[in-house]
Amino acid sequence: MPSAKLTADVATLGSKFKVLSTSEFRGETTLVLEREAIHEACRIARDEMSFNFLLDVSGVDNFGVDPRFEVVYELYSMARGEWLRFKVQVSEDDLTVPTISDLWATADWHEREAFDMYGIRFTGHADLRRILMWEGYPFYPLRKDFPLGGRASDAPDVAFSRAAPLEGGPFVTVPTTATTKDREPRSRSTE
Amino acid sequence: MTETSPVAYDSKVEGNVIITKVDAAMNWMRKNSLWPMPMGLACCAIELMAAGASRFDIARFGAEVMRFSPRQSDVMIVAGTVTYKMALAVKRIWDQMPEPKWCIAMGACASSGGMYRSYSVLQGIDQLIPVDVYIAGCPPRPEALLEGLMRLQRKIDGEHPLREQKRELIESFS
Repeated sequence: MPSAKLTADVATLGSKFKVLSTSEFRGETTLVLEREAIHEACRIARDEMSFNFLLDVSGVDNFGVDPRFEVVYELYSMARGEWLRFKVQVSEDDLTVPTISDLWATADWHEREAFDMYGIRFTGHADLRRILMWEGYPFYPLRKDFPLGGRASDAPDVAFSRAAPLEGGPFVTVPTTATTKDREPRSRSTE
Repeated sequence: MTETSPVAYDSKVEGNVIITKVDAAMNWMRKNSLWPMPMGLACCAIELMAAGASRFDIARFGAEVMRFSPRQSDVMIVAGTVTYKMALAVKRIWDQMPEPKWCIAMGACASSGGMYRSYSVLQGIDQLIPVDVYIAGCPPRPEALLEGLMRLQRKIDGEHPLREQKRELIESFS
């Protein structure tokens, strides 16, 4: 159960912004907000509700669902020991989200990672470069439609990449109550 | 009193002369002072460090002088996962090493990409630079690295450096 303070905070946020949905799971409260509201909601959560610690910013690719992408913000209150989670949904056509790197410096690299892996552009970010892959890499490798073994690319004098041999893979497990032999990772097509 | 002077035999130089082939002498010097360029990229580098430390003591094979400058090293030990982002840097360091030079691919990742059948990992360093010895293991034990080093020493022993130099010289004239 969320504390009375957290319930009040959620109500306050609900009165200020259009909350698309609210859910609670094992004491963790999640609010799905509109994209335009995320910066102001984070600022209010930080300055007026003591959620002063940004744990993580991450991207999610719900391939086949519209809107396809999600950005998840994990907030934590040092004073109260409580979590608050914001989610923002973005479609593939307009893959931009306002940055919150001016509120938390740590969001700088988190947003760069989400940009690198999913191609989500954070508007207002001061230095939105790739962080794990190299400059000139043309793909976003954590998207669901990107093959596990990768694709061939060439960035002269920087790096290149080739598709890795998967021997008919990818190797996936199957949830089953049968023997371990049936469960273990094997080369199966993703039909 | 008669004076004797040594004509054919000089006791002063006894024990200081060894007759051998130049090829053999060069090989002997090369293989017993293989200075490694430690290209430690992942957990294999920990085993490489263990091989350099006192318990396994790679100095017994003359390869204890880990040179972090490619200009001073003879053998590149690629120890770990080579990502595509790192691959061209490894190649560049390899190009900076002076001849003669050798390469040991230490562990599964450096040899073949290992368990990383992934978009970000080079599937074996032999796609970029010629490898002399592959060492299996994930990571290999220090003994396995020493075994690989001894294999490389044996390989160097079979080379003909002077003959190669002569051949290159003659080719440069023609």
